[in-house]
Amino acid sequence: MKFIRNVYIFFIITILLSPIFVVISVGFNQKKSLRFPPEGFTLDWYTNLWFDEAWRISIFNSLSIAFSASILATFVALPLAYSIWRFKIKFSNLIYIIGLSPFILPPVVSAIGFLSFWATLDLYGSRLTIIFSHGVFLTTLPLLTITLGLRSINLEIIDAAESLGATEYELFRSIIIPLITPYIFSGLCFAFVLSLNEYIITFMLVGFTVETVPVKIFNSLRYGYTPTMAAASAAFVLSAGIIFSIIAWRGNLLKLLGVINER
Amino acid sequence: MVKDKKRVGYIISSIPTLYLVTFFLIPLVILLSISVSHRVPGAFYEPGFTMAHYARFISGFFGEILFNSILLSALASAAAILIMFPFTWILTRLSRFVQISILICILAVLSLSEVIVGFAWSTLLSKSAGISNLFVWLGIVENASSWTPSFTAVLSGLIYITLPYCFLVLFPVLSRIDPEFNEAAQTLGASPLKAFFTIIIPISRNAILASYIMGFVFTLGSFLIPNLLGRPQHWTLTVHITDQTIYQANMPFGSAMAMFLLFTAITLVWFSQSLLGKKE
Repeated sequence: MKFIRNVYIFFIITILLSPIFVVISVGFNQKKSLRFPPEGFTLDWYTNLWFDEAWRISIFNSLSIAFSASILATFVALPLAYSIWRFKIKFSNLIYIIGLSPFILPPVVSAIGFLSFWATLDLYGSRLTIIFSHGVFLTTLPLLTITLGLRSINLEIIDAAESLGATEYELFRSIIIPLITPYIFSGLCFAFVLSLNEYIITFMLVGFTVETVPVKIFNSLRYGYTPTMAAASAAFVLSAGIIFSIIAWRGNLLKLLGVINER
Repeated sequence: MVKDKKRVGYIISSIPTLYLVTFFLIPLVILLSISVSHRVPGAFYEPGFTMAHYARFISGFFGEILFNSILLSALASAAAILIMFPFTWILTRLSRFVQISILICILAVLSLSEVIVGFAWSTLLSKSAGISNLFVWLGIVENASSWTPSFTAVLSGLIYITLPYCFLVLFPVLSRIDPEFNEAAQTLGASPLKAFFTIIIPISRNAILASYIMGFVFTLGSFLIPNLLGRPQHWTLTVHITDQTIYQANMPFGSAMAMFLLFTAITLVWFSQSLLGKKE
């Protein structure tokens, strides 16, 4: 029984990881083809990511957009989550739902909504548009993690601080922030990774002006497959894996995914 | 004092709320107004009121696309739940370290750009690098062949992207199931397998249905998988929305389809969340 169970778990994980494995391996092909198993061995396609100017620019585009958008999303989510939790403001449920919806609804709908919005403002194609729109799209993630963090705070600590005469600002600065920093950080990381990988919104808003890595991979797919695409994909997968490992190491990954009574 | 406190709350939440309203709700309102406006060939659109785009969408060719999309999503989400439910259940009973390591893999797969998944699957299903080579090597088939583009390729790609998503919906619910249920069943003489089918599945039926619906909405929104792994006749609603908006420059029609997708998604998500809420 236990054996069958382990085989099953192993089988599912193999299915989940096999595309990643194939992508990483075909990036080692010596010739410009996507043979699997790879023929010959070279790291040229991986170094190409840096030395080929077009790829380097797209990596910088992706990183700068993801960096700005995830910080923006976190700065939007933190005051929202905090005022909903601490001040129980009116319409807090509604605001919370609006904050969650961009991510849960089909992204293509948000994408053409954003497109028509920026086109109406005559800003179509500018780099700022994608940062602002990704900022909205990704707000959901820090909003979820920060809310989770706030809910896990022991309310007695707050009572104690209040009865000792802490002002709202002091309370926030010296008690709340230290307690929820891991949650803010994980929300930021989730948003960052998802912005890096997001395709449809980027394509609709700035697909023809600012090329990010997913857009570049998609565009290159039309002109034939090269191992550089595989190398770029592999680099993305690895960076996501590293970032999630950092979250798991610094914070409580199980709790972040909603496991409450952890054994 | 209490009033002052509330005021602080309104002040600090006002800017983020305004931001979300401006950059998320207003775009959707604009989209709605475009969906009922007149199309101007060669230009953007002209304000007005017509239901023609909705009418066109319901009839004929696009009705078929809608049916096709629903069929694909329904199948993909069902397959993903079937594969993932037992996996998630077993995982919640494993040690913390194993759980976290597997979670990292699953999150990495979940966050994978659809471009990369599409690219990886088209490689896996291709003639030169694909699984069919493995089958040749094993002696199951004679010659390597390409399995993409095809309906099966689209379906398997969709199942693949839905697997980690289903997992994420099921995981918190299943890890809250008290281990004592299972222990009690086994003390009373049920095998683990029997306990799984007669206890675990029935008590989590709301979660199963909810994650089925969430998976369905998720696959309905997939753009690149049908685009990269299918022929035009396998294109789903999402691909056509993009095609109409960007390549056919028919913004009003694209918006009408997007509005339809939006309302379908809202209804389904709302329904699935009420299912999850009922359990607690």
